[in-house]
Amino acid sequence: MNSLSNPGKWEKFFWPLLGAALLLALWHYSVIWTATQVFPSPLSVEKGLAELLRKHLLWADIGDSLRRVALGFGTAAVIGIPLGLTLGWYPAVNQILNPMFQILRPISPIAWIPIAIILFGIGDHAAVFLIFLGSFFPIVVACVSGVSNVPSIFRRAGRNFGLSPAQVLARVVFPAALPQILIGLRIALGIAWLVVVAAEMIAVDSGLGYLVIDSRNSGKRYDLVVAAMLLIGLIGLALDIGFRRLEKIRSVRWGFGHES
Amino acid sequence: MVRGIGDLLQHGLLLKYVVASLFRVTWGFLLAAAVAIPLGLTIGWYRRAEMAFNPLVQIFRPISPLAWIPIAILWFGVGDLAAIFLIFVGCFFPLMLTAMSAVHNIPAVYVNVGRNFGLSTADFVSRVLYPAVVPQLITGSRITLGIAWLVVVAAEMIAVNSGLGFLIIDARNAGNRYDLVVAGMVIIGTIGLLLDLGMRSLERVKSFRWSYSED
Amino acid sequence: MSTEAVTTFPVRGGKLRMEHVGVVFERDGKTVSVLEDINLDVSDGEFICLVGPSGCGKSTLLNVMGGFLWPTTGSVTIDREVVRGPDPRRILVFQERGVFPWLTVEGNIGFGLSQLSRMEREERIAHYVQMVRLQGFEQTYPSDLSGGMKQRLQVARALAVNPDILYLDEPFGALDSITRLIMRGELLRIWQSERRTIIFVTHDVDEAVQLADRVVVLSARPAKIQDVLTIDIPHPRNISSTRYLEHRDDLLKRIGLAYTA
Repeated sequence: MNSLSNPGKWEKFFWPLLGAALLLALWHYSVIWTATQVFPSPLSVEKGLAELLRKHLLWADIGDSLRRVALGFGTAAVIGIPLGLTLGWYPAVNQILNPMFQILRPISPIAWIPIAIILFGIGDHAAVFLIFLGSFFPIVVACVSGVSNVPSIFRRAGRNFGLSPAQVLARVVFPAALPQILIGLRIALGIAWLVVVAAEMIAVDSGLGYLVIDSRNSGKRYDLVVAAMLLIGLIGLALDIGFRRLEKIRSVRWGFGHES
Repeated sequence: MVRGIGDLLQHGLLLKYVVASLFRVTWGFLLAAAVAIPLGLTIGWYRRAEMAFNPLVQIFRPISPLAWIPIAILWFGVGDLAAIFLIFVGCFFPLMLTAMSAVHNIPAVYVNVGRNFGLSTADFVSRVLYPAVVPQLITGSRITLGIAWLVVVAAEMIAVNSGLGFLIIDARNAGNRYDLVVAGMVIIGTIGLLLDLGMRSLERVKSFRWSYSED
Repeated sequence: MSTEAVTTFPVRGGKLRMEHVGVVFERDGKTVSVLEDINLDVSDGEFICLVGPSGCGKSTLLNVMGGFLWPTTGSVTIDREVVRGPDPRRILVFQERGVFPWLTVEGNIGFGLSQLSRMEREERIAHYVQMVRLQGFEQTYPSDLSGGMKQRLQVARALAVNPDILYLDEPFGALDSITRLIMRGELLRIWQSERRTIIFVTHDVDEAVQLADRVVVLSARPAKIQDVLTIDIPHPRNISSTRYLEHRDDLLKRIGLAYTA
């Protein structure tokens, strides 16, 4: 906004590095100045990471977290997208189910933990269930919203060309709603990643979330705690970036503001 | 389940817990807003600042507030402050991102008019920037408040000894009172819904409506 | 605008007939009469323009003709068949945003052609790409096309399914004036090589006089047919000729009346 001049290409690397360097310096020096015994310095975190890598435990934990996300998110998508499309297409059905949705939606997946544990015991299934719950509502809401926002011009054109209602849904409404559905999926994926970490802290005993809690509980290894946190952040970011790549595919790009 | 709620009400416990949860949410949210919004507006305005700090924000954003629990307990021990800290962390990044996005979305036209009329910086902020970003900030705040409500429940399950989240965990641990568990969940859902509706009605207040009427 | 001279169109009627068509809407508990006692008889291959003040109901009339809206009273028949709903034999072209943004130019034109064999479909698409002069853009997405090109694409998509009637709802309204002039020429050229019945809504008087065989003037709401003007100048029409200017002034006067009716 405040463009004194357009930033040069070199600046794309300079500023982030400067920012990161500032943060690291701040971190490093506050550890020294406060002479804290417990909070790790950047260097010790780095050493902690190396240690985890050497012990080959890291990949198993990362794999577990990603696997649970894949299952929970995948199931939520497979059930949620058709459901959302139907609800968007038949507003009458939506009227009936909507109040129930609005009440269930704000309940944190975390609050479902006791029920999850009752139903599935401690372990993978509980975590996947919680991830499913966390992803399900954003996906359905995005689908409903995507379908209702399809301009009526498109639906009319579809009917004009002789398409049956089912064909209109498949060949006109669905492609038109796709950008919004993708946004919903991306947000749901972000939520799934948050939930998996939380679920692993409580209901299972492997994965990155568990690593965070465990490193503290067994040995106050705060360097590993912070290391695990950073990993969580980086992987979450990678997932998000990967998904945004999808949004660049030509047949949906139009929906993301790339108009000429 | 209804009997369970009745039980709680009798002991005055329910009210106490609801107040405790809301208290933490309010403090955590307001603190986060006070810090994140000005920071976000500034970073969003200066392109180079954004280039410097956005990558960092993007890395910290996906870290669940719950992952901060060990650090919260380390710094604040088990108690109210830890919960507020967690809510603060949970609200900080979404609010900052909303503020950054709101600044980006100010139509260039408004900025140019402000410059054209030779407004001082203070004037510009109060008469152009602020009115232009308020609608988006309110929507972002609504969503973040929802997040805060989720975080408080989780934080209370782990780090404190009162509040609705604690109610749920405690009811299960101390006696398998699943009626209370479900009661707790229903209350959580309802309050979350009320908070959301409250914020939505704020969006409708006439003086904030200008950005929605451009349909 | 090199088109062959075409003799003026004899009014025979019979293709599309509207008899005593009326449309009444309920809004906020009040009944609003939008169209009243519309009677129209359109011949096959005729070019009709509907003009009238803004908001008088031209688009509503078009929607009724297209089968997107049921008339409250009266009936619309095409080839003596009552119009019951949208049908690919009569395609509506919208003012803007009518093309499907997720399909390429080819994809859009081929949209209504799924019943054809692959070879036939490709032939048809190529034919209409040529006709609307979008060669070279077959794989382009609408977001990379200009407004005029998007409208040409809509017309090509409409023609590809071989409709009897084409309804155009202020199709050039969103374009700049130079593009509008060019598009009028294009439309006439296309109409003359593949003759269909065209019903064209506009509020631009020049456009009506330039294009139409007959101009139907609608009054302000509740809209009735106030006048039907026959433009008896052969194409290509010289927009500086006396006859043209006379028609134009005449139409302006009548529309002026329509505004105060």
